Amino acid sequence: MAKSERLEMRGIVKRFPGVVANDGVDFTARAGEIHALLGENGAGKTTLMRVLYGIYQPDAGEIFLDGRPIRVRSPAEALALGIGMVHQHFRLVPTLSVEENVVLGLREGLSPFPHLRRVRERLAAIARDYGLEVDPRAKVFELSVGEQQRVEILKALYRRVQILIMDEPTSVLTPQEVEQLFSTLRSLVEAGLTVIFITHKLDEVLAVSDRVTVLRKGKVVATLPTAEADKPSLARMMVGREVVFRLERGPAKRGERLLEVRDLQALSDRGLPAIRGLSFELYAGEILGVAGVAGNGQKELVEVLTGLRRATKGRVLLFGKDLTNRSPREIAAAGVAHIPEERLRRGLVPEMSVAENLVLKGYRDPPFARGPFLDQRAIIGHAEEAIAAYQIMTPSPNTPAKLLSGGNLQRLILARELSGQPRLIIAAHPTYGLDVGATEQIRGLLLKQRELGAGVLLISEDLEEILSLSDRILVLFAGQAMGLFKAGEAALEELGLLMAGARSGKGEEASAG
Amino acid sequence: MGWETWLIGTISRALAYGTPLLLGTLGEIYAERSGVLNLGVEGMMVMGAFSAFATAYTTGNPWLGLLVAACVGGAFSLIHAFVSITLRANQIVSGLALTMLGLGLAGVLGRGWEGKPLEAALPALTVPHLAKIPGLGPSLFVNQNALVYLAAGLAVLLWFVLYKTKIGISIRAVGDDPATADAMGVNVFRTRYLCVLLGGVLAGLGGGYLSVAYRPAWTEGMTAGMGWIVIALTIFAFWNPLLGLVGAYFFGALYHLSYRLQPWTSPELLKTMPYVFAILVLALVARGTLKRRMNAPAALCEPYIRGEE
Repeated sequence: MAKSERLEMRGIVKRFPGVVANDGVDFTARAGEIHALLGENGAGKTTLMRVLYGIYQPDAGEIFLDGRPIRVRSPAEALALGIGMVHQHFRLVPTLSVEENVVLGLREGLSPFPHLRRVRERLAAIARDYGLEVDPRAKVFELSVGEQQRVEILKALYRRVQILIMDEPTSVLTPQEVEQLFSTLRSLVEAGLTVIFITHKLDEVLAVSDRVTVLRKGKVVATLPTAEADKPSLARMMVGREVVFRLERGPAKRGERLLEVRDLQALSDRGLPAIRGLSFELYAGEILGVAGVAGNGQKELVEVLTGLRRATKGRVLLFGKDLTNRSPREIAAAGVAHIPEERLRRGLVPEMSVAENLVLKGYRDPPFARGPFLDQRAIIGHAEEAIAAYQIMTPSPNTPAKLLSGGNLQRLILARELSGQPRLIIAAHPTYGLDVGATEQIRGLLLKQRELGAGVLLISEDLEEILSLSDRILVLFAGQAMGLFKAGEAALEELGLLMAGARSGKGEEASAG
Repeated sequence: MGWETWLIGTISRALAYGTPLLLGTLGEIYAERSGVLNLGVEGMMVMGAFSAFATAYTTGNPWLGLLVAACVGGAFSLIHAFVSITLRANQIVSGLALTMLGLGLAGVLGRGWEGKPLEAALPALTVPHLAKIPGLGPSLFVNQNALVYLAAGLAVLLWFVLYKTKIGISIRAVGDDPATADAMGVNVFRTRYLCVLLGGVLAGLGGGYLSVAYRPAWTEGMTAGMGWIVIALTIFAFWNPLLGLVGAYFFGALYHLSYRLQPWTSPELLKTMPYVFAILVLALVARGTLKRRMNAPAALCEPYIRGEE
C-alpha cells in the first residue's frame, strides 16, 4: 500500500521567553502509520504537537493537511479538522460518567438532550473495533488510569479524528496495559488512521512505531523508518552523545534495620482506604524500590512516613523508635530526608530564593540562626557551596526557586535533603520529568547515599528505574503489598501482573479508590 | 384544635415559608454547581423584596413587582459575577460585600415605604378539585400562592436540566473541572455568568415573594437571614435541586413551628432553630473528607484562568 503524506508541518518555529522550543521543525506523518516523536524532556516534542492541536500558535511555519494549507487556532478547530490529542494529564471530568465526558462540548445537532443511548451504542461499536472496553455509565473517578486513557481515546474516535496524537501515553500504565494500548494503536492505523506517538522511551519506539522522528533542542535530528533504527543509534541521536544504559552498582551491604512498618492503614484524600494493612522493613545500605501503578497508595505511604498524613492504624518504627503520626519536623529531625513527588508544591517554596530554600530545614539552628536572627552571610555561603557541589544551574543564590528548570529544582532539593547525612531517604519519583543527564546524576546520588550506609525507599512508576536501582522490590497494589523480590529475581512480566493486582494469572481484584 | 388541623396548617405554612428559601436555594445550587459561591443571596433577596414592594405599590401590579424583583436580583448578581469571574477576586469577599450592599441600599431606599399596607398583594388561590382531596388537599392546595407551585415546578425542571441535558453536563463540568471543560470547547465564562445570573434572578424573585405575597408589606431587614439559610440549604441538599425542595420545606416547617410552639417555650429560643440547624449543617460539611464525599463542586470558589493548571 502506497502511503501518502497526510500531514506536513514545514519550518515550525515556536519561541517562549528565553527559549526556542521549536526551531524550524519539519515533520510529516502518513495515513496508516504510527509515527514516534522521540526526544528528551524539553526537546520540543509536546510543543510541536500543541502547535498542531491549536493550543499554541507558531511564530513561523506552515501546516498542510492532505496537501491543503491549514491554520489551527484552537483545539476545537483541530478536532473539526480531524486532529485529536490525548494529553499526558487526562482531560476528563472525574465526577461525570464516561458517556457524559464523551458528550461534553460536542456540538452535534441542536437538541439540548444528549442522546446517551445513541452515544452508548456508538461507543460500544468503537470499543469493539479497537479493543477499548469500558463501562459507559461508570464515573471517571471510579476507573483505573488505564481505563481513563481508553476513555480519552474513545472521546477522540467518537469525534471521528483521523490523526491521533498520544503524549507519553505509557508513563501511567502497567506493562500489560502498555501491550493492550499498542495493539489498540495498531488496529487504529490498520483502519487508516495516523497515530503520532510522543515518547522518550527507546524501547517503545522500537516496539510500536513505523517511522521515528528524533528531536533534540528544538530541532529535528533525523526521520527514519524504525526498521533501520536500533537502541544505541536512537539514544545517540536523542542525547547527542553515547549513553551508558547500565549503572555501576556495588553489592548491597545490609546494615541495621532503619524502618519497620507494621500493619499500616491510612485513608486517601477522598476518605477511602488507601493503605490497607501494609508491612515491610528497610535496612541500612539498601535501596527498597516500591513498584506500582500510580494511585495504589504510594502517595499516601510517603505522606504517612514523612508525617504529612495520619495513619489510621498500624505503626511506623524509625530507627527503633515509634514515630507513628509524629510531626514532619520530628521525623526529619530523626534523620529522614524526603524528596517529594511535587517539587514546587511540596519540595520548595517557589517564591523564595535558592539560598533560602536550601536552609528550609536548618534555619532554626546555628550556623544559619543566631538567636532569633538569620545569619545571611552563612546562608549565602552555604548556598554557594551547595550550588557548586550539586551543579545547580542558577544565576545567583538569590534567584527565586520557581525560575529554575526541573532538573535544577531536583538538585536543589537533594542538596538540602542530603546535607547533614540522613539515615533514611524517602524518594518519590525522583527522576520524573527530568532529562537523561539529570536522571543519571540523581540516580548516582541515590546510589552514593546507599554506599554511605543510608537506606533509600524509592517510589517510582518507572519500572526500569526500580529494576536498575533497587536491592529489593516491593509491589504495591490497592494499598497492599503484592510481593517482595530480591533484585534480579523479579521478571518484568511477573511484576506487571502483580502491579495489576493479579496474584496468579489474571486476577479480578478491584482497585480501591 | 385537632392534630389533623394542626398538621395541615403546618404543612401549608411550611410550603408558604419554604418557597422563598427554595427559590434562593435553586439559584445558589446552579451558581455553585458552576463553581461560583455567592454569599450575596441575602443582599439580592432583600433588594428583590424592596423593589417588588415599591413596584407593586406604585403600579398596583404584584406580577410586575415580581418581574422587577427578578431583574434587580439578576443585576445585583452580575456585580458578583463580574468581580469574581472576570476580575477573579475572592468570591467570599465579593459575596459578603454584595450582602452588605443590598441590606444597606434597601434600608436607605426603603425608609419612606416602611409600614405602608400593600393593597395589590399577590392573591392566594385555591386549586379547584385538588383541594377536595382529604388531608392532602387542604395542606397543599388551599390558600397558596401561584409562586409556591411555580417554585416547586422549577425545582423539578432545574433538576432535569442539570442531570439530563447537555447544558447540565456543561455546568457540572465547569464547576468540577473548568480546565477540562474549556479544553472540550465549553465556554467557562459564559456558563458561570449565566449560572450566577440565574442565582440572582431566583434570589430576587424569592425576596419579591416575601414582600408582595407572603407578608405584603415592607420592613427593613425583612429577609431576616434567609439568604444565609439558603447557603446552608445548598450544602444540605448536596447541590441537588430535588433535595433542595425537601430541605426548603423542612426549614419552612421549622420556621413555622417556632411560632406554633411559642405558648410552651421561649419564642426567642425557637426562632433560633432554623439558624442552629444551618450552623450544624455548615459545621458538619466543613470537615474536609465529608465535604469531598458529598460531591461538592471540586472547583468551587476557584477562579478560572486559562492555561494555569
